[in-house]
Amino acid sequence: MELADIGKTFRRLDYETKVTGRAQYLADMSLPGMCHGKILRSLYPHARIKSLDTSRASKIPGVVAVLTRDDILHDQGIEPYYGPVFKDQTIVATEKVRHMGDPVAAVAALTADAAEAAIASIEVDYEQLPAVLDVQEAIKPGAMLVHDSVKLPESGFADLAELKPVEGTNLCTHFKLNRGNIEKGFAEADRIFEDTFTLPATQHSFLETHACIAAVDPGGRITVWATTQNPFVVRTQLANIFKVPVSKVRVIVPYLGGGYGGKVYPKVEPITVALAQKAGRPVRVVLSREEVFYTITKHAAMIRMKTGVKNDGTLVARECEIHLDTGAYAEIGPRVAKKSGYTAAGPYKIPHLKIDSYSVYTNKPPAGAFRGFGVSQSAWAVESQMDIIAAALQIDPLEIRKKNGYDEGDKFVTEETLRAIGLKECLNRVAESIGWKSDGTSNAKIRKDSSIGSARRGKGLACMIKATITPSISCAVVKLNEDASLSLYTGTVEMGQGSETVLAQIAGKELGIPLEKIQVLGVDTDVVPYDLTTSSSRSTFHMGKAVQLAARHIQRQLTAIAAAEYNVPEEKITFTDGKVRLPETQLDLAELMFKRFGMRGGTLVGEGQIKTSTKDEYGEKSTSAFWFLAAGAAEVEVDVDTGKFKLLKYATAVDVGKALNPLGCRQQLAGAAITGIGQAMFEEIAYDNGQLINPNLVDYILPSLGDMPATIDPICVEVPDPRGPFGAKGIGESALIPVAPAIANAIYDAVGIRIKDLPIKAEKVYLGLHGVE
Amino acid sequence: MNKTISLTVNGVERTAEVEPRLTLLDLVREHFGLTGAKLGCDVQVCGACTLLVNGKPISACSMLALDADGCDVLTIEGLSKHNKLHPVQEAFVEFGALQCGYCTSGFILTTKALLDEIPHPSEQQIRDYLAGNFCRCGCYQEIIQAVKNVRSEA
Repeated sequence: MELADIGKTFRRLDYETKVTGRAQYLADMSLPGMCHGKILRSLYPHARIKSLDTSRASKIPGVVAVLTRDDILHDQGIEPYYGPVFKDQTIVATEKVRHMGDPVAAVAALTADAAEAAIASIEVDYEQLPAVLDVQEAIKPGAMLVHDSVKLPESGFADLAELKPVEGTNLCTHFKLNRGNIEKGFAEADRIFEDTFTLPATQHSFLETHACIAAVDPGGRITVWATTQNPFVVRTQLANIFKVPVSKVRVIVPYLGGGYGGKVYPKVEPITVALAQKAGRPVRVVLSREEVFYTITKHAAMIRMKTGVKNDGTLVARECEIHLDTGAYAEIGPRVAKKSGYTAAGPYKIPHLKIDSYSVYTNKPPAGAFRGFGVSQSAWAVESQMDIIAAALQIDPLEIRKKNGYDEGDKFVTEETLRAIGLKECLNRVAESIGWKSDGTSNAKIRKDSSIGSARRGKGLACMIKATITPSISCAVVKLNEDASLSLYTGTVEMGQGSETVLAQIAGKELGIPLEKIQVLGVDTDVVPYDLTTSSSRSTFHMGKAVQLAARHIQRQLTAIAAAEYNVPEEKITFTDGKVRLPETQLDLAELMFKRFGMRGGTLVGEGQIKTSTKDEYGEKSTSAFWFLAAGAAEVEVDVDTGKFKLLKYATAVDVGKALNPLGCRQQLAGAAITGIGQAMFEEIAYDNGQLINPNLVDYILPSLGDMPATIDPICVEVPDPRGPFGAKGIGESALIPVAPAIANAIYDAVGIRIKDLPIKAEKVYLGLHGVE
Repeated sequence: MNKTISLTVNGVERTAEVEPRLTLLDLVREHFGLTGAKLGCDVQVCGACTLLVNGKPISACSMLALDADGCDVLTIEGLSKHNKLHPVQEAFVEFGALQCGYCTSGFILTTKALLDEIPHPSEQQIRDYLAGNFCRCGCYQEIIQAVKNVRSEA
């Protein structure tokens, strides 16, 4: 058996179970005596519930429990209000519904059919209220309020402590960032550019919808099987809602059928637990595709960007106002807005900044985390305007980015020092991949040569910087068994990213154990130690480090055993390739275990923890434990008669630090880029008067194989971060972010039309080409 | 109003008493416990529920169980024999043609149907044939590589 290693592609541990259809996802599971839960949802974007009549529902054969506001308002055992940042959500609507699809009531029944019939029989008398349907309406003085007041949590996230709702308005949060002197900055500028960019709400569209099975025992012990990316956050939230210690809540997470940010924070878990509690039986709720659209979306945004530039292309000042539509509930919108604000300067040195980033309540389904987390929104503006500036100043788009872009040791907008920064290498590599020429004329020549009939070709670039959630915590436990096999206990959720395999590679590399002898346990909060979340591209860096430390803890124990056994000083003992080497002899791990326990048995337990804080290990301020850098480059062909365009090639380069599993890295890069292609070219949640009109995968269009360019070139750039395991950084989100502006810039290069509103559709290009605003 | 149907599932003859509105997907998942096929979109666009019925890929979410009466149905569970992966499964493993795995059984069965129909497809034929299966994790390039490199069954 080959020893585990890093920097080498190993076959993923979950492949056999997944290609044979044996992998169990939540909707494949059931419990004895289990009920099926269904949810009644609001038909209106904003209404007061005058009365609810459930009398017919409870008489339907098979119905076990009907849950309404009466159950959560009058039960001393339930705290009605919850939410990851502000306590503005309730399990079912109490007084008002605040968006189409807001839960109003729920039913648990012996069959799904009975539950559905019961839902249909509930009569709700609504008084419709004026609805706040877009951000611009929401921020007007005197606008209808989505929330009359918002409850704050007893203790919240450290990085969001300064953000509060603005009383008497629909402003959920207002993040401000000021640097230098903005007036002075604009006075120094030779040219000032002002543009507004917009992008719509989108949906994660994981093929596995949100689902939950909950069981509550009479002693109050809660067990949930959940489709969640952060089981420990769900555990905390459930403990708060149902007023029990976290030890009384057990969250088990099977393989997820995709997450992409849409499965962080409580979703369907609170309502499922409330139903199970009332039914006195286990309950399973599996959301329909339509319900997923009402549960979580990506923030629509409007970004006004004013940038002052020197004639040589040096950026000197930027004023930026970002409005993010966070929908009816804050969810994690405040942090999304903060991250958008932090990255409104892009990966560029701009001395004078005034940035205001708002999350705004509206009567729409809640918006939250989506792969790219606020940076997709800001980068759409930053990177589109960068090309507007480059074109006006007749500077090559690659050169203007390199001129202003961050290098190692530069100061970020927060004045902290940037370390391990492979931005320019990413730019160079994508430019090379698509045959970018920086002299300007060669691109024009390519365009001319490739112009056949009405087809015009163009190339475009974009890049980005992003932070990971900081401070945060990951803990890991590693058990060495008597046969020198290893069991890994981590809270990292395998949702397709390959975390099981890469964590096993790290532990195996440290201890010299083949992957075949390593089992990564599934996530169960009763069993695995704490981890904050599987999101923010953080797991390889944080949990990878925790696993590495846990493996080294085992190493130290083995060294001590060998030292005692052979009476050799510990410093004379080395550890390589699964062998403990002493001056006179060497032993393998199983032999040492036998020495330690005197029989074939026993366990060594290794523990590792990583805790990042607002100060890094160099003693400096830190808003991110490490930095993500990436660039993308697109080549397109546009038909000037119809506006229809094709993406011919896309190159994506990400500074991965160290590619621990190169195929796994390339999958993450290409996969994120493909999601980016969807966001750039197709995806858009459509509303008509507050009604979400395309909550299905026929009208909401996902990219398929038929939409793929001939080539997507994923490129791993390796600028190691010494803080990560073997220098590795996180990579889950990076490649998505530059896609939309790179394509828009390529279209501009091809036909001179600037698209400022996503998605980029043929009709927008056509209207631009034919002089219609 | 239930009706009795007979069909072959993964080579085994089965009978079932079904409601006329029961879908084939619910029949295999709920009645036969074969959960490899997944419900994704529920409107036959995503391909996660793909089964082969008389050798042709169909969206089991939108086919009535009654319409499978007398048919030969293959699910992902019937593809590997004696714990040995089918060559399409092997290729998906070898080329890393999956991430979360939710779309995988649909892609593998659609690929089998493609290769049964066109043993040596061009890349364009692969792209066209598999365009009705979504992989939201974005493993399309690896899937193309896998399909191109499926070893013929000895």
